[in-house]
Amino acid sequence: MKRQLPIAITFVCAFILTLQYFIPHRSFEIMYEVSNIWLQIIGIFALSMGILSIILVHYDKIKFKKENWGFSVVLLASLFGMTTVGLIDTESGPVFVWLYNNILAPISATLFALLAFFIASAAYRAFRARTVIATILLLASIIVMMGRVPIGSIISFGVFPKLADILINYPNVAAKRAIFMGVGMGAAATALKVMLGIERSYMGSD
Amino acid sequence: MSFDPGVWLAAFLTLCIFSFLYKDNPFYKFAEHLSVGISAGYGLVIYIRVTFIPIFIDPLSRGQWHMVPGTLGIFLLIFPALIGILLFSRFSRKWAYIARYPIAVIWGIGTGAAIPLALQNFIVRQLQATIVPITFSSWQDLGSLFIAVGVACGLIYFFFSKEHKGVFGGMATAGIWILMIGFGSTFGFTVMARVSLLIGRVIFLMKDWLGIIG
Amino acid sequence: MGFFERLTKIDRRIVFLIIMLSVILPLLLRVDFPITVTKEVQNVYDLVDELPAGSTILLPCEYAPDTMAELEPMLFAILRHCWSKDINIIAGLFYHTGVTLVEQEILYMAEKMNAEYGKDYVFLGYRPYPAVVIMSMGQNFRQSFPTDLYGTPLDDIPMMQGIKNYANIDLVLTINATSGVDQWIIWGRERYGFPFAIGVTAVMAADYYQYLNSGQVIGIIGGLKGAAEYEDLVNYKDMATMGMSIQSFAHIVIVLFIIIGNVGYFVTRKKKGPRL
Repeated sequence: MKRQLPIAITFVCAFILTLQYFIPHRSFEIMYEVSNIWLQIIGIFALSMGILSIILVHYDKIKFKKENWGFSVVLLASLFGMTTVGLIDTESGPVFVWLYNNILAPISATLFALLAFFIASAAYRAFRARTVIATILLLASIIVMMGRVPIGSIISFGVFPKLADILINYPNVAAKRAIFMGVGMGAAATALKVMLGIERSYMGSD
Repeated sequence: MSFDPGVWLAAFLTLCIFSFLYKDNPFYKFAEHLSVGISAGYGLVIYIRVTFIPIFIDPLSRGQWHMVPGTLGIFLLIFPALIGILLFSRFSRKWAYIARYPIAVIWGIGTGAAIPLALQNFIVRQLQATIVPITFSSWQDLGSLFIAVGVACGLIYFFFSKEHKGVFGGMATAGIWILMIGFGSTFGFTVMARVSLLIGRVIFLMKDWLGIIG
Repeated sequence: MGFFERLTKIDRRIVFLIIMLSVILPLLLRVDFPITVTKEVQNVYDLVDELPAGSTILLPCEYAPDTMAELEPMLFAILRHCWSKDINIIAGLFYHTGVTLVEQEILYMAEKMNAEYGKDYVFLGYRPYPAVVIMSMGQNFRQSFPTDLYGTPLDDIPMMQGIKNYANIDLVLTINATSGVDQWIIWGRERYGFPFAIGVTAVMAADYYQYLNSGQVIGIIGGLKGAAEYEDLVNYKDMATMGMSIQSFAHIVIVLFIIIGNVGYFVTRKKKGPRL
């Protein structure tokens, strides 16, 4: 019951879902749509469980006054605050939108903007023409970087953009296609292993 | 300079995050925790209001589901909710294994959908686009030939069941060169994307907050 | 430590400072460079431009504030183009963090272009699990979106009269920062065969040229550069064009850092002798 039943459930669900792709009949499409709505409904419980888990972890930190417990207060207060505002107000309500625009949006946009500094620093530190393949990697990235900005065209009299176009449209396409074919085979093989019960790590340990 | 308190708050939080560039500090931690709390709350509200209510609560309150009519429809609607509730057994050591049933449903549906998807899109469709008739009537044909050879070389590089020697080894070497050009292109594009995001934040600070630029 | 060794060991904070200055200074100086339009962006523009007035474009916008800097100018340029040609827009998304953002952006442009809700555009709102929504929309948009974001039944919206599924749509153009593009290709484009174009972040762009080559995608607007090209084509230079000029300087600085690092590396390696 603890292991065999989940494996059987996985197999049945996966088999039916695989089969539906090859049978273009409306009843199978409905089955697919119903299964996806099931995922959405289960998803809300999974999300709630995730949030409950965050609450418990941070409640624990506050209760036992662990290191940086003050930030846990900030987290829980913002979580409950945003949820309450969203449920009392609507998702288009002024307070909810204000919190979104002035807290969530600037923080998430800036977190991603930080990566510009780290990628520049990483390029300076790690991009070395040590070997032939490292040199090819280096040159390709410089050509694309310079070929995709207006100044690259000006300083090279139009050569960088043309080279970048050739690199992106031919070797890049060939490389990505080879990688994606490998990914496709790997994904299908892993999915098959899950379906047949060979791969069981998703169940965790007893 | 802006007089909008919202803009000031957004600017303060932006600077809190940027302060991480010097080193990890309480301002950064504050903004980080605030962001996690707000985004979890936002996600929950959107999920409940825009998804859970229309697809679950509304049909239940009407007593009919448009996908499958009748009592069977209502049963098919309640069933996943019952499965979802089982997930909470994770919080008990004794009953934790029960959470495997909903996880099995999620994995089953996910993998079942992934098999044809991966085969069709990543392999079959890309093979079709690679093996195209070449008549050498235009430069485009030369490009198509290059892509076909390039894909073959790239795949050979990933094939480790035969030693990379002779012609096979030469093709594998060409394959890694092509892969490196692909990675280099991706890196170039990634730099571009990250710099664009930084530009967005700097424009916000200088235009919307400080009003230095018009 | 000699000069060349120093070149390889510049403190990361100095690198960060120079990168920041490479963005701030050009912004203050406001240098403008001409934008060259690439074929993949021209394809999207031509496709939209050739549509007759009254046509309808489905515009799934799947992004959030984290990629707003790249994709917002793209959305604005596309909306400007469409509404100036009297093309109707059906917007919607499958990425929950972006609901509020995209709604505000569309409302902002609608006000600027005098577009009327229900007549020139409709906002369907958010649904999770793109695959199922994309497939169900192939049968009828009303299956996944019985109402718009504001709770109005689609049948009560004038613009939606006569629009049942993809057969009534002239182009699907997704502005996307997620793997939703793949979902659109597999479950939408491959199954229903509609004309399909994408606007994606620069990080994603390199991965989608293979779909351009295979004909599954008609055109790609990639990152801020793509947005600047589209602004150039619609003849309205805005944030993306300004951003590209700044981007030029930042890229030069990064390339210079790479060159400095390599010069330092090779000179010090010669002095120390080759590695065994």
